Amino acid sequence: MRIDVDHHAGLPGVFVRVDGKVKINARHMHYRELNNMVKAAASEGVEEIVLENVYGQRYIGSGIRRPVRIVVHGVPGNDLGAFMDGPRITVDRNAQDGVGNTMNSGLIVVHGRAGDIVAMGMRGGKIFIRDGVGYRAAIHMKEYRKFRPILVIGGDTQDFLGEYMAGGLVIVLGLKGKGRRKVKFNARHIGTGMHGGTIFLRGEVEDHQLGKEAAAVPATEEDKDFIRPFVEEYAGYFGANAAEIMGSDFLKVYARSHRPFGGLYAY
Amino acid sequence: MLREARFRDDKEFSGCSIFGMMNVRGERFNGEPVITAIANMKERSNGLGGGFAAYGIYPQYAELYCFHMMYDHQGAKEETEEFFRSRFEVEGAEVIPIRECEGVDDPPLLWRYFLRPRENLVCSEEDTDDFVVQAVMHVNVKIEGAFVFSSGKNMGVFKGVGFPEDIGRFFRLEEYEGYTWVAHGRFPTNTQGWWGGAHPFNILDWSVVHNGEISSYGINRRYLEMFGYICTLHTDTEVIAYGVDLLLRRHGLSIRDMARIFAAPLWTEIDRMPPREREVHTALRQTYGSLLLNGPFSVIISNRHQMIGLTDRIRLRPLVAGRNGDFMYISSEEAPIHLVDDTLRETWIPQGGEPIVAELRKAAEEPEEAGAQVITIPATDRA
Repeated sequence: MRIDVDHHAGLPGVFVRVDGKVKINARHMHYRELNNMVKAAASEGVEEIVLENVYGQRYIGSGIRRPVRIVVHGVPGNDLGAFMDGPRITVDRNAQDGVGNTMNSGLIVVHGRAGDIVAMGMRGGKIFIRDGVGYRAAIHMKEYRKFRPILVIGGDTQDFLGEYMAGGLVIVLGLKGKGRRKVKFNARHIGTGMHGGTIFLRGEVEDHQLGKEAAAVPATEEDKDFIRPFVEEYAGYFGANAAEIMGSDFLKVYARSHRPFGGLYAY
Repeated sequence: MLREARFRDDKEFSGCSIFGMMNVRGERFNGEPVITAIANMKERSNGLGGGFAAYGIYPQYAELYCFHMMYDHQGAKEETEEFFRSRFEVEGAEVIPIRECEGVDDPPLLWRYFLRPRENLVCSEEDTDDFVVQAVMHVNVKIEGAFVFSSGKNMGVFKGVGFPEDIGRFFRLEEYEGYTWVAHGRFPTNTQGWWGGAHPFNILDWSVVHNGEISSYGINRRYLEMFGYICTLHTDTEVIAYGVDLLLRRHGLSIRDMARIFAAPLWTEIDRMPPREREVHTALRQTYGSLLLNGPFSVIISNRHQMIGLTDRIRLRPLVAGRNGDFMYISSEEAPIHLVDDTLRETWIPQGGEPIVAELRKAAEEPEEAGAQVITIPATDRA
């Protein structure tokens, strides 16, 4: 039996300009080369950068401070959009760990699933994940005045959602399969160490699934009005029915205290 | 040369890379895709170790134990061969073919042997496996400068100091065909990089590749010593290989129970379980508490019939699984799976402590295994 791995599909690193767009074949490129090219194109002021054959290159969009559109075809590597300030990234397959790490502003839309620590330390901007996410989504997400990060997860989430969360908004829709019914979440340790921000879950959790520092109450109509625009935005990207989703009950998870560890190290 | 002087201890923090690929029909393929996959995660290793385990590569000697050996010097080789002749019929002995490869320096002497235990020394099949384990321990502990890389049937471990793709080229793995391949790129954090310390770690058919660190190594090692396993390779992962052999082969536990021991749920979770399950978990923790693996890990454990992925109970190291037709994949990252199998669309991330088990549909060499369960994935794994 023979398995062919195509090592030569197109020339790597080729940079093509079409109507204000730049297209790069990322196959076999190291992330440093690739990101240098992306940064160079962005600093020229191009509107859209299309990356083809992306397989695991890290830090795509990292540190870019312009509202350029970056289209990723493939599976981007860890820390997609880390520290970025403005770009709008879309991904057509799954993403790996650390999507939007410490992101400042901009938009990431993933047409698939993301791995662990999505939106870690995120400070602003929006992330939409069509399907589920791994462990520790929104760990230490934070907010300051007008900077308020938003993470919308279409599917399920694994454990430690919102660990040490300090600010921002997370919405988990629990959409699964065709039925798109409300789910009973399996995630454990939700909001462990949480001391700010809000998580909305469209589904049910038992008390023991919440961390000690988090509390949950049914979302009010006012709460739902607040999250509706983000659910509609999600539906716009992925073709879901926002009105139907918003017809369900949501749980609101919040921090019991803004200083849960205030007494831990102070004498 | 003193082992301590060989390679400097490199204390930096990153992750290793692990990758496994299995054809569940037992059809064999060469090492090329696995080299491509592990090379794709180059950022996760630092050139201080790479290795591969391949199953199904020696069909012409499928009944014989194949020992892959590393020798520091000619004397170690002579002493080991004398020992082999005293315990085994040596049906074959040859240099493991290599090629010069940039990035792989100062290899030890690398030999392989196809061995049949002397009939007058062992009685039953079970005894034979124990006899082989004792032989491995004897070589590793008693013969200075000799280490057993692998000791299974119809399989072998190829490993050394270098980036894994260079190690793969060095050992000419494109010339071998196996139905299960497991690979590792090393980034040593707590122990030194040396040839014997590269992954996979193997005993009999069992191979283990590991990303993380076992902070319970001391306890695990002392526990395993009571059963005759002596750790000599200076790397925490070694205890997993021996632990697997003890639990699955010698004590006959299921894979699920092994996962419950290595990555036991927290006591608060055990307290919430239904009575019967609680009893089982409590009994396992009481009996095998010393084999709990503490600390962050993701591992791929493999033998001739199975490939098992497992992470610690709170998943402090990444693991993703994929499936496309007859191929099963387990990897540290998702991208390399797509890189070698671009039509694949089904991937998922297992819960911490929940094993992913890929099983041969029909063991090529053992027809009585026909009809065994293909792949068992609890519904909760599908996030």
